[in-house]
Amino acid sequence: MTDGLPKWVDIAVIPLINVLLALILSALVVWMIGEDPVRAMTILVNGAVGSAYGWGYTLFYATNFVFTGLGVAVAFHARLFNIGGEGQAALGGLGVALAMLYVPWPHWSLALVGATVAAALFGAAWAAIPAYLQAKRGSHIVITTIMFNFIAAALMVYLLSRVLLVPGAGGSPETARFAEATHLPNAFALFPWMGWSRSTPLNVSFFLALLACVGVWVLIWRTRLGYEIRAFGHSEPAAIYAGISPVRITMIAMLISGGLCGLMATNAVLGEAERLVIDPVQGAGFVGIAVALMGRSHPFGVFLAALLFGALYQGGGELQFEMPSVSRELILVIQALVILFTGALDNMVRMPLEKVFVSARRRPAPPEPTSPKGADNDPIAKVEP
Amino acid sequence: MDLTTIIQILDSSLRLATPLLLACLAGLFSERAGIFDIGLEGKMLAAAFFSAGAAFATGNAWIGLLAGIGASMVLAAIHGVASITFRGNQLISGVAINFLAAGITVVIGEAWFGLGGRTPALAGDARFGNIDLPFARALSDVPVLGPIYADLISGHSILVYLALATVPVTWWVLFRTRFGLRLRAVGENPAAVDTAGVSVVGLRYAAVMICGLLCGIAGAHLATALGAGFVKDMSAGRGFIALAALIFAKWRPWYALGACLLFGLLEALGNRYQNIDIGGFDVPTQFMQALPYILTVVILAGFVGRAIPPRAGGEPYVKER
Repeated sequence: MTDGLPKWVDIAVIPLINVLLALILSALVVWMIGEDPVRAMTILVNGAVGSAYGWGYTLFYATNFVFTGLGVAVAFHARLFNIGGEGQAALGGLGVALAMLYVPWPHWSLALVGATVAAALFGAAWAAIPAYLQAKRGSHIVITTIMFNFIAAALMVYLLSRVLLVPGAGGSPETARFAEATHLPNAFALFPWMGWSRSTPLNVSFFLALLACVGVWVLIWRTRLGYEIRAFGHSEPAAIYAGISPVRITMIAMLISGGLCGLMATNAVLGEAERLVIDPVQGAGFVGIAVALMGRSHPFGVFLAALLFGALYQGGGELQFEMPSVSRELILVIQALVILFTGALDNMVRMPLEKVFVSARRRPAPPEPTSPKGADNDPIAKVEP
Repeated sequence: MDLTTIIQILDSSLRLATPLLLACLAGLFSERAGIFDIGLEGKMLAAAFFSAGAAFATGNAWIGLLAGIGASMVLAAIHGVASITFRGNQLISGVAINFLAAGITVVIGEAWFGLGGRTPALAGDARFGNIDLPFARALSDVPVLGPIYADLISGHSILVYLALATVPVTWWVLFRTRFGLRLRAVGENPAAVDTAGVSVVGLRYAAVMICGLLCGIAGAHLATALGAGFVKDMSAGRGFIALAALIFAKWRPWYALGACLLFGLLEALGNRYQNIDIGGFDVPTQFMQALPYILTVVILAGFVGRAIPPRAGGEPYVKER
């Protein structure tokens, strides 16, 4: 019920307040461990966007988070909570590695197409079983996707240490490097005049991420399927009455979601590492949850939120370098607080704001909402078990 | 495989099952009251860190235990405020709590101890020592039963026995007391409880705080009894295995004991053997690690004994007007 709130407050003001709250609390943590929060914030911002070097990493991380954020967002539209981005992205990495190692690609552009298809297929396949169990057997998708994250982690360790291990790779299990022809051009190779550093990890899959944003926007708001996904997310009984099959929509939404999470591997595995290592995802699947929540499940919002988190991840690394007593894990705290405020404590900010706006309008107060939160625009207000 | 090996494996299963069992029973209270909790992992982790930190500072494991319980209950209170008072999404709140614990333990640990997120190693009274039950030494010469009593049943820390005792207590509280009846009712049909004039909010907060208490003990066991100090991410997915055990046990205390012992056994076997040869077929250790999760998915799929969660689980309660 957002009767009391104009749309711009809902999509801009509330997320901003939430992020501010998260940052203020994180600054308090920094202050409590005896460091200067203002200086920490300055280092963080400078490290992230103060140089071409910083931008390269910020945008590289943002590319990862756009993919996983979009993945989580598409599932949110169908009121499905996909916590399995981590595992789906790892499997996407496996798909990319297999495609790169066993197919002789003549040129990077073809390799990118091949990697995209493989990553999406493997990611979607890993989401397929939880999706099927939710659709057909009513198994809670949150629990099954969590379980599949762990199964994926075990599977990846097994495959990397027993099957795909390249002899003499040193300590950590990893595959052989992909062939020279498949290496994606990075920002330095593409736009040398922009001052990127030679080894910047930012690469051509950034454009793939932009494309994915546009694609998801078209899918959700301009196609029949997207309409069905949203209708199903708003009200399952209404969707069924309108002839929309819950099984079909659950499956399709989760397959798209898993595929998008898998696509992350084109950036992290093909674009940067150029081989498959243990845990290529590095928590990006979970960041996707924060990104989707903050971006209100809208591709443009997801893009902005991904930029913010990209900057946090890059700036956090610099922060640890400059202030050794502030650990890199401070980012995890900020991330947790963003998730908490945007996802779980949303009403804490929303309720007072609604009161303010309703009284400002000087009209009889509308009847109190019977539904707990903004059920109309919060696709996951109720994740049904 | 001789008797000594079997006893050693079972002994280590029991130790490893203890944190699972405590966290599983914690989840049982919360979920029976209709509050999903995927933040068990985070609460355990925070408790492990603060118990190790306090035990190191004071040299007393009991003060460590209290500190761990305190930390865990603070996180439980956040979960309660988010999911009961502000009627937020319980799953998202749980996810946030897991990250919060993963981050804050390392940030504070690094600032306090400067050991890359670890606490200094604990020794002496800062850890929970092993307790020898009466006559354990005297009876250890008795064939078969002697070693079982002396090595398997005796010689654990007090927290292991506490965890085992929690099972019948949980059963009694949930199924034999008025509080337990109401708590279960609030997870099935909160409106009925409300109509009867009992506070839904109060009951749910009580359940969430009990959950925090038990997770606190579980975390303290990890850092001050099973291990000797805190290391980064030391809960290592145990909160999720506990969640799996909870589903496996279909939200019942005695079955929870069985499920946790089974998952503890799997972990012990995985730790002991890199490969297990079953009928000429080589089972990799990673499969053993994944087995609890695979079993849970199978159970959830409902092909073998369907698991049905409490009916009002995950739904914020809103009074009718």
